[in-house]
Amino acid sequence: MSTFCARCGLPAAEGDHERCAALLASIDPPRFCGDCGRRMVVQVTPAGWVANCSRHGERTSTSPSVG
Amino acid sequence: MTAVDTDILAVAREQVLERGEGLSEEQLIAVLRLGDDRLEELLQLAHEVRMRWCGPEVEVEGIVSLKTGGCPEDCHFCSQSGRFPSPVRSAWLDIPGLVRSARETRDTGATEFCIVAAVRGPDARLLSQVREGIKAIREDGNDIQIACSLGMLTQEQVDELVAMGVHRYNHNLETARSHFPNVVTTHTWEERWETLRMIREAGMEVCCGGIIGMGETVEQRAEFAAQLAELGPDECTMNFLIPQPGTPYEQYEVVEGRDALRTVAAFRLAMPRPLLRFSGGRELTFGDLGTKQGMLGGINAIIVGNYLTNLGRPADQDLAMLDELSMPVKALNQSL
Repeated sequence: MSTFCARCGLPAAEGDHERCAALLASIDPPRFCGDCGRRMVVQVTPAGWVANCSRHGERTSTSPSVG
Repeated sequence: MTAVDTDILAVAREQVLERGEGLSEEQLIAVLRLGDDRLEELLQLAHEVRMRWCGPEVEVEGIVSLKTGGCPEDCHFCSQSGRFPSPVRSAWLDIPGLVRSARETRDTGATEFCIVAAVRGPDARLLSQVREGIKAIREDGNDIQIACSLGMLTQEQVDELVAMGVHRYNHNLETARSHFPNVVTTHTWEERWETLRMIREAGMEVCCGGIIGMGETVEQRAEFAAQLAELGPDECTMNFLIPQPGTPYEQYEVVEGRDALRTVAAFRLAMPRPLLRFSGGRELTFGDLGTKQGMLGGINAIIVGNYLTNLGRPADQDLAMLDELSMPVKALNQSL
């Protein structure tokens, strides 16, 4: 499990992230690194997305949890 | 005159369906005030109007953000404005990425690929990237039609885009003229109109629409539809607000589904002939069932795949839906 919420960037263990999870599963790509909570540079393309964390590297829509 | 004669849907049937003349602002207010008990009838009429004046085909388009975030404008709905604490960071798509995106779009069967940038207007660097990108897309053997959305333009920039082979330009008026100052303060509705005028005069197709659900009244929705009809776009793009984190509209409610469907049908009755495209926000506002109802309520164009900063449904789901509805996808090089 990620330490930080990929949608709002807050600690995953604090607060309710049910809505964040629903939106991540439908319309939102990840915006925050799950490992450190840093804002990522995200490029959405017609068939996917690529997100880059300056500390933890690239994740893509086909490998979302690869740091 | 009897009650039947003055019923707005009876009037619309004669005026829009039979004669192809869009409803006036006042008439659109009456449509938007129809109760839920008339919604099915309204959608059916809007569908008949679409079939009569546009035909059964659906234009499918893919879009990509060439330059994301960091925009100097303050459009209150937009997660790409640099003025709000949005989680969206600036990004530039490189040419190979643009070529791949165009290929992904073509492979869905789409005939239109729109290159979008979050800017007030394009600078020399952005225009150069667009020029190189279009050249590379063609060198990749991809003959998909290319549209652009790069903000406000000068005449010189309009001419340059025409020379690049851009066949359609998207520039949304966003909302009714009377509501625009509540949504954007860094430029005016009239400045947007001026860009649209230049696009039209240069011979590019005009794509113009906006976002429903930004606090506008029913009267302002009617006003907006009438203003779009006056512009006479080749395509009207209908977005529904996604309340984006960090923007002034973060806490706004998503438009209620029946209200959104009523608005789609009203826009079709305002504009019988243009492409009416389901764009951003449809997944959240309509869901699967509502999307089908919209397709049977006046819509005849969709964006497939992802949007600029949000994700859409996989393209194959939408294409399967069109197949189920017996709506053929428009082929490349077929005139509107």
